[in-house]
Amino acid sequence: MADRIIEYREALNEALLEEMAHDPNVFIMGEDVGRYGGVLKISRGVHEKFGEKRAIDTPIAEAGFTAIGVGAALAGLRPVVELMYIDFSTLATDSIINQAAKARYMFGGKAKVPIVIRTQGGAGRGNAGQHSQSLEAWYVHIPGLVVIQPSTPYDAKGLFKAAIRSDNPVVFIDHKLLYNTKGPVPEGEYLIPIGKADIKREGKDLTIVATSRMVLFALNAAEKLAREGIDIEVVDPRTLKPLDMETIGDSVRKTHRLLIVNEGVRTCGYAGEVMARAYEEVFDYLDAPIVRVTTEDVVIPFSGVLELSAIPSEEKIIEAARGFFS
Amino acid sequence: MDEKDEKYLEMYRKMWLIRVFDEQARDLFMKDMIRGATHVYIGEEAIAVGVCAALKDTDYITSTHRGHGHCLAKGGDPNLMMAELLGRVDGYCKGKGGSMHIADLDLGILGANGIVGGGIGLATGAAFACKYREDGGVAVCFFGDGAINQGVFYESANMAALWKLPIIYVCERNKFAEFSYSDWYFADPDLTKRTEPFGFKGIAVDGNDLLAVYELTSALVARARKGEGPFFVVADTYRIYGHTIGDPLTYRTPGEVDSWKEETKDPILRFKNYLIREEITSADQLAEIESDVKQTCEMAVNFAMQSPHPSPASLMEDLYVDEVE
Repeated sequence: MADRIIEYREALNEALLEEMAHDPNVFIMGEDVGRYGGVLKISRGVHEKFGEKRAIDTPIAEAGFTAIGVGAALAGLRPVVELMYIDFSTLATDSIINQAAKARYMFGGKAKVPIVIRTQGGAGRGNAGQHSQSLEAWYVHIPGLVVIQPSTPYDAKGLFKAAIRSDNPVVFIDHKLLYNTKGPVPEGEYLIPIGKADIKREGKDLTIVATSRMVLFALNAAEKLAREGIDIEVVDPRTLKPLDMETIGDSVRKTHRLLIVNEGVRTCGYAGEVMARAYEEVFDYLDAPIVRVTTEDVVIPFSGVLELSAIPSEEKIIEAARGFFS
Repeated sequence: MDEKDEKYLEMYRKMWLIRVFDEQARDLFMKDMIRGATHVYIGEEAIAVGVCAALKDTDYITSTHRGHGHCLAKGGDPNLMMAELLGRVDGYCKGKGGSMHIADLDLGILGANGIVGGGIGLATGAAFACKYREDGGVAVCFFGDGAINQGVFYESANMAALWKLPIIYVCERNKFAEFSYSDWYFADPDLTKRTEPFGFKGIAVDGNDLLAVYELTSALVARARKGEGPFFVVADTYRIYGHTIGDPLTYRTPGEVDSWKEETKDPILRFKNYLIREEITSADQLAEIESDVKQTCEMAVNFAMQSPHPSPASLMEDLYVDEVE
């Protein structure tokens, strides 16, 4: 049977509905996630199907309701806490960083914090400085957290389900410009293991490690560069933490060149971390210095002209890739 | 001796246990045997003991950086606690948490907390879980008069009231916010008003009066179990020692502490006098309890000293639940 083609948003919605049916301890809480169905529409139909007990509309109080989610997880429930924009997670960092991430270790391995903090980030649609950031590196920096950024509907569904079933605290970050993208998603349940990268395109000349929406840019760039005879392999880590360096390392050992594309700003960004890991682990296999394409070290501007100048693009990736072969 | 009297003696024992345990902790800290920072609960024992005596093992508490008293009152094991204070492998947290991160999830102790006010949202979440499961459980959130200015309290209190959560917020008004008098920071010193906008005005109680705390909490726990929503208690007490052990206390009015050590103020002496005056027990029997507690604490120190330091090989353990496929 041919796979269905559905939207990224629908895939996430299906995952949530399935997991809530699967386990009565799973619930979603956040701003407008219940009666309204969620600004992101990930919780569409959840209120109707499971009622207000399990689709909980919260006040606009990120610090408070995220902490409540963490407390509920410590007490044995499996909360999915939605933060409408990752930019708003700054208000909830005590719960995420000091409480959820650390409880298990600080308590000597006796606690479980099975919470999913689900949110979305990224620029490209004129949301300006406080609604467009890519803060994944903040959470990757914190021991105790798992960080996931799916790029396709298939990955979104399988990884969201895995995140909900995980006993570890997971920061699950969508991209606001991926919600309407479509892709094949099989009927029925499936899980994607956390911590496994996926090779989105095989190639032999250059490895591009890209995350989230940047995977789509990298794939488009790869198609165009193929016409110039450059054969690119695109690796999507999918789980940013823990990172599947094995798959990335294998790819670099094959292509001998590495380009990293991440939408976070450059300084102390995720691309820098992947670069460092690659230098540590596969330096001897590299034929050229590693290159990264990232967002500039700037506040995401409102103007479309300025915003596009700030963030990575297909063109910037193509230019960087050509640089390896000129 | 009836059940009530036995309960009273048990509460007396717990208060003594907290005091002697924390005196031991002070002593070990002064001898450089405890690393980091340690905060003692001496002088505030009646609050933890009076509150926890009204709870079941399955009820939840969250504690603070000054957490030894709450943990012992809820049934925490002094051996495992002392071993943790010394950073040993047999401690509650295998030496990975220390004084400020002791937890015992089997006893509903969701942890001391190094962030002032850090437990407030967590306790509210535990109360949320009790309501969600409809298991009749209750959560108590201990926090201080320093933490009461944290914004998360007001976010949590609003949601607790909105959702009628079975939670009791217990503010231990010990007069200090770290290295300041707490009232330097109150726009209005009547703290009971702080939850009034959410529809549950707080009630003040003499936090050094064990039975007042116990009876009030028992009534509040009963109403919380019936689904009548949150409550707020401001328990008046006094932090006998500094914020941390070694605090020079330069900010404290000289001589002020002495009045709080008098037998009309000290929570343990007050209850002791009550027990004797009411002929619930004899001075001899209380002395026996005191001696037992002393022995328990000495054994806890011995247990801790005999426990090895953790192996460096355990460094990366306990960070994640292992879910490798």
